[in-house]
Amino acid sequence: MADPELYPADIHHEHASLAVTERPLARAALMLLAFGFLAIFLLLPLVVVFEQAFSRGIGAFLGAINEHDTIAAIKLTLLVAVISVPLNLVFGVAAAWAIAKFEFKGKAFLITLIDLPFSVSPVISGLVYVLLFGASSLLGPWLKLHGIVILFAVPGIVLATVFVTFPFVARELIPLMQEQGTGDEEAALSLGANGWQTFWHVTLPNIKWGLLYGVLLCNARAMGEFGAVSVVSGHIRGLTNTMPLHVEILYNEYNAVGAFAVASVLAGLALVTLVLKTLLELRYGAEIAATRGH
Amino acid sequence: MEVRVSNVRKEFDRFPALRDVSLDIRSGELIALLGPSGSGKTTLLRLIAGLERPTRGTIFFGDEDASNRTIQERNVGFVFQHYALFRHMTVADNIGFGLKVRPSAKRPTRAEIRRRASELLDLVQLGGLEKRYPAQLSGGQRQRVALARAMAIEPKVLLLDEPFGALDAQVRRELRRWLREIHDATGHTTIFVTHDQEEALELADRVVVMSQGRIEQIGTADEVYDTPNSPFVYGFIGESSSLPVKVEDGQVWISDRPIGLATPELADGEAILYFRPHDIELLEECNGCIAGTVAASRRVAGTRRVELEIGGSRERIEIELPVGHPAAQKSRVAFRPKRWKVFPKAVEG
Repeated sequence: MADPELYPADIHHEHASLAVTERPLARAALMLLAFGFLAIFLLLPLVVVFEQAFSRGIGAFLGAINEHDTIAAIKLTLLVAVISVPLNLVFGVAAAWAIAKFEFKGKAFLITLIDLPFSVSPVISGLVYVLLFGASSLLGPWLKLHGIVILFAVPGIVLATVFVTFPFVARELIPLMQEQGTGDEEAALSLGANGWQTFWHVTLPNIKWGLLYGVLLCNARAMGEFGAVSVVSGHIRGLTNTMPLHVEILYNEYNAVGAFAVASVLAGLALVTLVLKTLLELRYGAEIAATRGH
Repeated sequence: MEVRVSNVRKEFDRFPALRDVSLDIRSGELIALLGPSGSGKTTLLRLIAGLERPTRGTIFFGDEDASNRTIQERNVGFVFQHYALFRHMTVADNIGFGLKVRPSAKRPTRAEIRRRASELLDLVQLGGLEKRYPAQLSGGQRQRVALARAMAIEPKVLLLDEPFGALDAQVRRELRRWLREIHDATGHTTIFVTHDQEEALELADRVVVMSQGRIEQIGTADEVYDTPNSPFVYGFIGESSSLPVKVEDGQVWISDRPIGLATPELADGEAILYFRPHDIELLEECNGCIAGTVAASRRVAGTRRVELEIGGSRERIEIELPVGHPAAQKSRVAFRPKRWKVFPKAVEG
């Protein structure tokens, strides 16, 4: 919004009207409450994680990280995220596209299905896969016959993670795409663009910020998922332990420094994504504002 | 490019939005599809564009059956009511989009696309705004950009869906004149949808009046205004007054008196008389006339509207008199419509 010749209608939104503005005292109290709450319940625990991780000095921290099982856990977590986030990106965009741009029977059912992972406990999500692919399941003998290993191995962990993190991208995009409607796409088609060109040049730019938020949330959850992964992983150290599982094991072994060191790396990854998001917003802030409706 | 719509029917979930519509549009014509909401006018436009497929019937572009052509293949310029400009692209990129997405063999060079965009911007009188984003334009400017974008692909037909519907009255009038000028300069076959009769009558070569999925009348502005062919068109276009009458022996009767209007072609029975409130002659002596008691009278801009109570039936109709006409002072007024039409009662329902 660098252009000085803005139209009045565009400027009005940026200032709350005087009539709905609280008095200074009430405003200060509200802000204090919000900041205080966040500090106690979010910031403080985060500080404690890092404080504990470095409590025996940086050497102990590095030692705890630079251990075979820990490095394996970090690698596995990143691997799972690298596989499941792109999958859910594609699934999420496809599902949101179908729901927002087409009318079809069973749409409400599809929306409910997308919400399923949110409403079902992650432990149950994991158990479903055990029942589906376990040795005593219907598919179990066939899988064994063909030498396909899903449970207690990387495929199972990826499946459980994909299941749990599915709604993030779709949920972020559905309201956005519904609000935008199909006008822009129809315009692109009428100008001669084919389906892919329409998607790349028109739909994707319109949803890219929503998509980015969805992907960041999806990524954070994919790296942090505990319940579902815990059921299907089998907790094999150095092989099927993701970072959250590894943290729990270390903690249960009274290895506080180790547990908090891994936890701090996990928290660090989350912080990196947050910082990344903020940087993107700063860099493209004008464009985000410009693309948010007329 | 001539466009021929032949016996087209369109259903949405079994609900017919268009029933058996046929329409011939000549090359270079400026056509208005006029009707109230739900009349099927936008559906017809979208069918011609290829944004919808007809349930039955055929659409011809020239001699070619275009019914099964995709919207890309039909090469039409479509302008949307809410502009549908690409928000993340500059004005120049918006206009150049249709050229940029062409297959590489037919794609002009980048410089050529830029030049075309600037040319079109000049045509729509927005030269110099190439680098703006749509959010930085007013509604009227956005719609001009949308039209420039649609024209960039050198369409065979230009289709506009309520192009001025989202703009305020002043800008509408200005853009209306401007669209006419552009049409005269470029000669595109142009079809636009509107629910604003003033817009349709002023702008179009021919007006297609639609109601409930059917075409009621096709004609020039004069034809649909002066000789409406159905009660609907009479009521929808311009002001009209109506009065229940009886037809007997080719004469129009109100209660027990003939009013001096002859309709030899109409069968006897109940009917309704339609006329324009201003299109009447006042009579001094009632020798076959419509006579009524003045029930109300009010000044509307340059004329005086008088509400008359006719006979004992308590039917009220409106006529228009020049301001200061002595008849407005009287308690009884006798008149006869100069141009009028009687429709049998059954047709109205």
